[in-house]
Amino acid sequence: MSAVALNPAEAVEPSGPKPRRRFAPATIMVYGVLIVAAVYYLIPLYVMVMTSLKGLEEVRLGNIFAPPLEVTLQPWVKAWTSACTGLYCEGLQVGFWKSVRITVPSVIVSIAVGSVNGYALANWRFKGSEFFFTILLVGSFIPYQVLLFPLVLMTSAIGIYSTIWAVIVVHTIFGMPVLTLLFRNYFASLPIELFKAARVDGAGFWGIFFRIMLPMSLPIFTVAIILQVTGIWNDYLFGLVFAGQPNYPMTVQLNNIVNSIQGVREYNVNMAATLLTGLVPLTIYFVSGRLFVRGIAAGAVKG
Amino acid sequence: MTDMAKPVAFEAVDVERPPLRIFRHAAAKIATTPMMLTVIFVFIGGTIWTMVYSLTASRVLPARDPFGKDFVGLVQYVRLFQSERWLISVKNLGIFGPLTLLFMFVVGFLLAVFMDQKIRFENTFRTIFLYPFALSFVITGLVWQWMLNPAFGLQKSVRDVGWTSFSFDWIANRQLVVYTLVIAAVWQGTGLVMALMLAGLRGIDDEIWRASRVDGIPRWKTYLYIVIPMLRPVVVTALVIVAAGIVRTYDLVVAMTGGGPGLSSQFPTLYVYEFMFVSNLSQGLAASTVMLITVAIIVVPWAFFEFGRRRTR
Repeated sequence: MSAVALNPAEAVEPSGPKPRRRFAPATIMVYGVLIVAAVYYLIPLYVMVMTSLKGLEEVRLGNIFAPPLEVTLQPWVKAWTSACTGLYCEGLQVGFWKSVRITVPSVIVSIAVGSVNGYALANWRFKGSEFFFTILLVGSFIPYQVLLFPLVLMTSAIGIYSTIWAVIVVHTIFGMPVLTLLFRNYFASLPIELFKAARVDGAGFWGIFFRIMLPMSLPIFTVAIILQVTGIWNDYLFGLVFAGQPNYPMTVQLNNIVNSIQGVREYNVNMAATLLTGLVPLTIYFVSGRLFVRGIAAGAVKG
Repeated sequence: MTDMAKPVAFEAVDVERPPLRIFRHAAAKIATTPMMLTVIFVFIGGTIWTMVYSLTASRVLPARDPFGKDFVGLVQYVRLFQSERWLISVKNLGIFGPLTLLFMFVVGFLLAVFMDQKIRFENTFRTIFLYPFALSFVITGLVWQWMLNPAFGLQKSVRDVGWTSFSFDWIANRQLVVYTLVIAAVWQGTGLVMALMLAGLRGIDDEIWRASRVDGIPRWKTYLYIVIPMLRPVVVTALVIVAAGIVRTYDLVVAMTGGGPGLSSQFPTLYVYEFMFVSNLSQGLAASTVMLITVAIIVVPWAFFEFGRRRTR
């Protein structure tokens, strides 16, 4: 796996790393497969970017794989400011700001709840805590559709149905299993001596959480934030059901723009709109790339 | 979920007289109130509510008297399984689910193995394979709708180049449209499986590799007989995450095919939504209960096995 020779203990062993030929058939096959796979993954993005930069005339005549003959940003402007969703023609910017107003509080609340749950379950188990945790994990398998209507009734009962708050509550509820699991496993992996020492020194539940655990958990919080921002931004169903027409998030609006059957299909505008919707999660992904990967890795290998 | 995740319960600290049982870890109990409320009212209460009202004749609003005059027994379920649309939905999920899982795991694992061969540009490849996972199902559905649109996407482009008999119109074909959903879902999710598997591969001790090399075992055999069994915890986690997602497949279908052409790419989730929020609440609830039972048949034995095994250790 890694450089064997660097380990002095290995120096006495007769076996060293096997020298590898540069262009062995195996190497060529490995790169061949990876490159073919990479093309499959990249083509849709390429097509979208190219098409979104073409004029409508060129889209209608040309090949989707051809780069634009004449680059125009017009589709992007139109998608953002004046694309139509059935009745309104205010563009995707409406949905964008709704999505921001849904995502930010949902991420904060769900992570706050999930991290405290995980901490309590890892370090302060009480009678019944494992029961709740088990049901929570099993609950994450319940299809959303089963709980959709009860949640509609519950949110109506407390008067938040058809508002952004209902969406926030629902995201917190459905984010709870995975976040709790993530944090529980992380906190359980921290050296127990730290926790013991803090308790001996008289720190309580919240003291240990805020002074010992939180400062050590920056990586897992970053992971949780990445998970939740992308997850909530990309949500469609909860926004559709709970937000109410005026608060539809960007994904719902995008689908309404693209799949509304009226007039000419402006593929270039549609693809620009799609890219705009994907911009937030993609940016997060590219900026946090290595953390994103390290994150899912940490969660899964320990999970 | 795995062996390594043993919770560090810390109870031995109360060497002196422990406080009353109910006050032990009182702060933890208060702090986890949201979790308990969610479990009791949403996961347990909501599920029971849905099951009870699936036995009633609720139209747009829940029936007033679910245990009395509005109780209709299993009528909704009988109607459900007489509905052509529902049967198509179930069949589609039956094709889509296993196929998607299979492709995601085979391709994801192979990619992970190839990525693990000390290749160059590893980060570039990883970024490419994983980016669709950051995109929503709505976007995935729309992109592939365009890519596979016979009059606009792949088919037209290939024909334009000169191969005029080329045909790839699965998305407009009632028999094949469900497979286009597999293509899109695999595109979106394989990167996740690859990343999880790769992390698992990287977690395997070098000693294993050294030992197998000393014994002269070929690499592929080491992967097949030693590494894959060792990856079981990772595979289980990934399976759990992906399978839970597959059952919920909704936005992908809505964005990509809208359930069409005709009823040919309907999914249970679409059926539930249509009835629950449009015409017949009980029918939607019955359909969602059937979804739940299906999931339970798969998950409950696994959960008993996982949790039961851990407790006995």
